[in-house]
Amino acid sequence: MNPEDLHYTQSHEWVRIDGETGTIGITDHAQKELGEIVYLELPEVGHVYNVEEEFGTVESVKAVSELYTPVSGEVVEVNKGAVTEPGIINDDPFGDGWLIKLKLSSDEEVAKLMTADQYAQYVKSEEKAK
Amino acid sequence: MSAPAPETPLKKTPLHSLHRELGAKMVDFGGWDMPVQYRGILEEHRAVRERVGLFDVSHMGEFEFRGKDAEACLQWLTPNDLRQLADGRCHYSAFLTEAGTFVDDLLVYRRAADSYLVVVNAGNTPKDFRWVETHRRGETSLENKSDAYALIAVQGPRSAGLLARVAESDPSDLPYYGFRDSRVLGAPALVSRTGYTGEDGFELYLAPEDAEKVFRGLLIAGRPDEIEPCGLGARDTLRLEAKMALYGNDIDETVTPWEADLGWIVKMKKGDFVGRGALERQKASGPPRKLVGFEMIDRGIARHGHPAATPAGPGLVTSGTHSPTLGKSIGLALLPAAASAVGTEFTVDIRGQHKRARVVETPFYKRKKEAVA
Repeated sequence: MNPEDLHYTQSHEWVRIDGETGTIGITDHAQKELGEIVYLELPEVGHVYNVEEEFGTVESVKAVSELYTPVSGEVVEVNKGAVTEPGIINDDPFGDGWLIKLKLSSDEEVAKLMTADQYAQYVKSEEKAK
Repeated sequence: MSAPAPETPLKKTPLHSLHRELGAKMVDFGGWDMPVQYRGILEEHRAVRERVGLFDVSHMGEFEFRGKDAEACLQWLTPNDLRQLADGRCHYSAFLTEAGTFVDDLLVYRRAADSYLVVVNAGNTPKDFRWVETHRRGETSLENKSDAYALIAVQGPRSAGLLARVAESDPSDLPYYGFRDSRVLGAPALVSRTGYTGEDGFELYLAPEDAEKVFRGLLIAGRPDEIEPCGLGARDTLRLEAKMALYGNDIDETVTPWEADLGWIVKMKKGDFVGRGALERQKASGPPRKLVGFEMIDRGIARHGHPAATPAGPGLVTSGTHSPTLGKSIGLALLPAAASAVGTEFTVDIRGQHKRARVVETPFYKRKKEAVA
């Protein structure tokens, strides 16, 4: 399910903190809701984002979804493999299907994100509200 | 804040519980709770292009016209020419407004000179029926039989082979747009060689109580063909590759058949029909805009409602998707006639970004013909 070492947003992104770098992706729940992803748009390296800022879009055959930064920082790497073959987001959302890496501008933002457990609860409550 | 609109419960087809059992993801489609996908749109799309897929389209509306004036009545109500239609054949046609624009697009089935079945879009059924009631002529009995028909589409190159195994009479000899009364897996069915996918295929009009038995039976009988149940998601990508118009997206009460590149359903020589005057005038002046197919040059997927900008003025994207067969981003757009020629470049405003697109030949996908009788 949702890896314990990640931090989660209500817009279904995750971030993995590794020293000064945060790796960002979308959750397994998000990829399932979207269905087969056929298009991905990501920013250039060097772009600087605030927290909860739109940094790209992901599209399945049927639906478009905006991507939001869980934390602030400067883009240091973009997953080009996911841009050319967006299907890997479906296959491995927490691994090879990562999207961007940010050089973190603050180490306090992460505390505001959800843990794996909290995110699982959140998804459950969202499902019920449907 | 305004009070929320009273919730109308979504309508269900006779196959609703089976869709749930098969794990379909359901969506509200024109007031109906319909499957958008089962295993995935791309897999379902591929199944129809390469093998065979099964669709529940029971939400479609069916009207029966009977009586000695039924033909004359439909000649007046629709632009295509019923005199060219033999018993056991159907054709594509429309209901048009006085302005010559689409009330709906539809199929007319001729059972006999005094008996017709008209099949309309689900979401338009109540509107169409009211329209027919106010515009009909002569001694014709008209009945909305939408609840009396379930409709299952069997689509793909292996559909004829599959039905040959389970239908009372082998439907392989049916011509395209031909139909007959038969039995499928024991259930009485009107078997029609029609579809909305660009592949060879059939549509089975059944009694609602037989629908589940037939759908389950076809899934089992189709196992050697690796049959897939398919949802509205694949139906949309398949029809778009074949450049078949979707009411509410590509055509509506602002679009005429001339604009929609559907002039072939308008037979001006047949006599008078609703909308004829306006179509005559627009034919003389030339339609101001045309529905064209396009491919994206820049990366991105244009979607319904995205604005387009051409050298000859603004246009509008009416449909757009990632084409599973071509692996490209394709779509349909209503563009100014002067900017509608193949090769014309224009831009689409995709959420604020202006991306380049090019008008291309359509259909985007055309099946090889050898499979058809």
